Amino acid sequence: MTAKKTPLYDEHVKLGGNVVDYAGWLLPVQYTGLIPEHEAVRNAVGIFDVSHMGEITVRGKDAVAFVDYLMTNDITKIVDNQIIYTFMCYPDGGVVDDLLVYRYDNDYLYLVVNASNSDKDYAWMLEQKGNFDVKIENISDSVGEIAIQGPMAQKTLQKLTDFDLNKVGFFYLQRDVIIDGVNCMISRTGYTGEDGFEVYADNEGIVKVWNSVLEAGKEFGILPAGLGCRDTLRFEASLPLYGHEISEEINPLEGGFKYFVKLDKAGDFIGKEELNKQWSEGLKRKLAGFELIGRGIAREGMEIQKDGVAIGHVTTGYMSPTLKKTIGNALLASEFTDIGTELDVIIRNKTVKAKVISKRFLKRK
Amino acid sequence: MKVLKGLYYSNDHEWVKVEGDEAFVGITDFAQEHLGDIVYVELPEIDDEFAKEDSFSVVESVKAASDVYLPVSGKVIAVNEALEDDPALLNTDAYENWIVKIALNDKAELDELMTSEEYEKFLEEEA
Repeated sequence: MTAKKTPLYDEHVKLGGNVVDYAGWLLPVQYTGLIPEHEAVRNAVGIFDVSHMGEITVRGKDAVAFVDYLMTNDITKIVDNQIIYTFMCYPDGGVVDDLLVYRYDNDYLYLVVNASNSDKDYAWMLEQKGNFDVKIENISDSVGEIAIQGPMAQKTLQKLTDFDLNKVGFFYLQRDVIIDGVNCMISRTGYTGEDGFEVYADNEGIVKVWNSVLEAGKEFGILPAGLGCRDTLRFEASLPLYGHEISEEINPLEGGFKYFVKLDKAGDFIGKEELNKQWSEGLKRKLAGFELIGRGIAREGMEIQKDGVAIGHVTTGYMSPTLKKTIGNALLASEFTDIGTELDVIIRNKTVKAKVISKRFLKRK
Repeated sequence: MKVLKGLYYSNDHEWVKVEGDEAFVGITDFAQEHLGDIVYVELPEIDDEFAKEDSFSVVESVKAASDVYLPVSGKVIAVNEALEDDPALLNTDAYENWIVKIALNDKAELDELMTSEEYEKFLEEEA
């Protein structure tokens, strides 16, 4: 099966992007370079094509009740134009996907899901629908999306719209915002740990918005940013990547994301019983942050040992461009996850010393 | 794309600079550009012995680790320790900043490598 192009494919080629197949989509790993792009997002502004993300709508009088049943977080708590981050789990507590639920109103929810899981998520939701009075639609193919991230993101975007962006709070959305003549839905959300917006428009409009933002951001030093720095940025910001920190085998409690799992919310949710059981019995495995003491870079999949015994593996590891340290996340047997615990990371048959540190890698101002 | 004359080149974008019975080995300008910003270099130990096409070093960019292969067999007599503190030197000048110096096992192996002209042609076809 050939990989799909987003509406912005031609722009990536024009900008000299190094295009690869990512989850069946042709997207650039980088344009100028991973480190300059990463630094642009931390210090100025970067723009990402995230049109590959999936969008699924749930409409009808049972919209909130249905989505609340699917999700670990409490969907009944958000108001119109508010957004909530949540996990959608299997009965065994494993994760179907992590996603954002945008509440347009009581009868209309807009879910933004991982590109690699959108078909799976849609099929799962249809399977779980039962007698809920809802209409579920996978609109992914008709929605284009970009992310504008960095301390200058708002200044950049404000140049293109009359709508006062100060009115859009963190994890809130606004529909029908005209950006350089294009009707968009925007949200103050992102996957980088910086301030910024995600902008949704139709496939044609998103191309105009992309180019307008690149032009408007020139004075701030905007760079188009690829998949490479998207991963280093989210990793530094302690945000999970499905398939790494959470997955069908790694549940949200093990990942350390209990805040988004409301074990005692009023409504039932798929996985509630099993996750409650695991929480009360004590988790056998937990995600921990670590820093290498010896030389090397830990990479995902590498084994972690203690006194010669395997106790877990690296879920993500990098030479952090912002922190300039070799750090990572690891899923470990719980007894080894206290801060300061010394571990060994096996890097290509060499044993390299490491120690557990806080998962909160970035110190925010 | 910089290709220095007088060096030997491998299919995997390593270069060899012969000095008598010894040689310096490094990665080419094409390789460093392809790798992107290099953040770590793993060096072998002095006296390590490698067969032709063995991996003797690992060069890492932010995203990935890449093996570097020895184009000719030999024993390590020196390593470029500057690369431990400043791996980006390989990006700055891939020919100036060698990775290892080896004692050559068999100079006849050099005949199996490309000349600078052959490597330039190779790059045109590959890139």
